Amino acid sequence: MKAATRTIRIEVLRYRPEQDAEPVVQAFDVPFTDDMSVLQGLQYIKDELDGSLSFRWSCRMAICGSCGMMINGVPKLSCSTFLRDLYPGPLRVEALAHFPIERDLVIVMDDFITKLHKIKPYIIPKEARSLSQGEYLQTPEELDRYEQFSSCINCMLCYAACPQYGLNSSFIGPAAMALVHRYNLDTRDGGSAERNPYVQAEEGVFNCTAVGYCSEVCPKDVDPANAVNVNKTEAAKDYFLRFLRPKGAQA
Amino acid sequence: MSARKPYRRPMAGWWKKNPYFVEYMVHEGTALFVAAYALILLAGLFALARGEAAWNAFAAFLRSPPSLLLHGVLLLGFLYHTWTWFNIMPRTLPPIIISGERIKPATITRAGLAASALASVALYLIARIAA
Ligand code: SF4
Ligand code: FES
Repeated sequence: MKAATRTIRIEVLRYRPEQDAEPVVQAFDVPFTDDMSVLQGLQYIKDELDGSLSFRWSCRMAICGSCGMMINGVPKLSCSTFLRDLYPGPLRVEALAHFPIERDLVIVMDDFITKLHKIKPYIIPKEARSLSQGEYLQTPEELDRYEQFSSCINCMLCYAACPQYGLNSSFIGPAAMALVHRYNLDTRDGGSAERNPYVQAEEGVFNCTAVGYCSEVCPKDVDPANAVNVNKTEAAKDYFLRFLRPKGAQA
Repeated sequence: MSARKPYRRPMAGWWKKNPYFVEYMVHEGTALFVAAYALILLAGLFALARGEAAWNAFAAFLRSPPSLLLHGVLLLGFLYHTWTWFNIMPRTLPPIIISGERIKPATITRAGLAASALASVALYLIARIAA
């Protein structure tokens, strides 16, 4: 490693449930090189200054979605945010907003995982197919319809960016909606009838007031706000069309 | 016993914590300007229904300095509202594909702004001709 040339102060919002009644800020002076991310700054703290600091990470390359946190108040992946860009600091890191803090920078993500599970984020085939029927074929246009929404890495930055989710956590929220949309748009999938109850429920898309910050912070350009808002139109159409359909007919 | 004690941070004052949210509150706030102008139009309609004298009084009010000031302020609110409305519009539409190409968000915004400018000019011209 190159010799550290500069030092930056990192203020961490710490919460140690066994000793803190509420989170407290603790500051660390961290020497860094130009190639160091905020995550590496935290790893320096853990290795050299205070081994009790807790945070999540895995891939260090912006693909696993584990290392999201608030950096100067903005939801970011800490492995792809660089200390050099935040110099001279000080910079402030805090656990992802709108989620309960388990410890330090680690959040309780059960709510998101439950939602993810509920919306069945996998292909539910339209009809049973035998192996002899061969593979599913899809045109580039058909792929293009959902591809952007399939880039989601479940990092939850969009939830930390959504004040409606912060105010009411029963709201299905941006990423879960993006994944509903991703599978509903897939030509191989026939599961929309199973997913749409969550879209149209009270906690569904209509909780969104089009703040749009979720799409702004998404590191993968998923544009979850688009998935939510397009589904508002769909849900409204569904609602009104049911009055036009003959009794008992299915969509 | 579990040592877990998850901490929930309060949401009070959430919109002051991020410039993006402050802007959101401001542009949502300009909806009140739109509502205020709807009330002015409604008042005009009532004046018209009540007869010539009431209408003339309303028209005189429209030309008074306080009314002109109010209209100036409302216009600014409207312009900002229009701008932010069409800025968020691309996020609310399904992809628009023209000859195999997805229309870019900036194009949608520009088209929206152009359409509202055109509608405003058309309305102004109609009003001029009618007057
Ligand atoms: S939509 Fe974007 S911000 Fe939200 S979880 Fe997926 S990748 Fe992260
Ligand atoms: S460590 Fe995997 S996304 Fe940052």
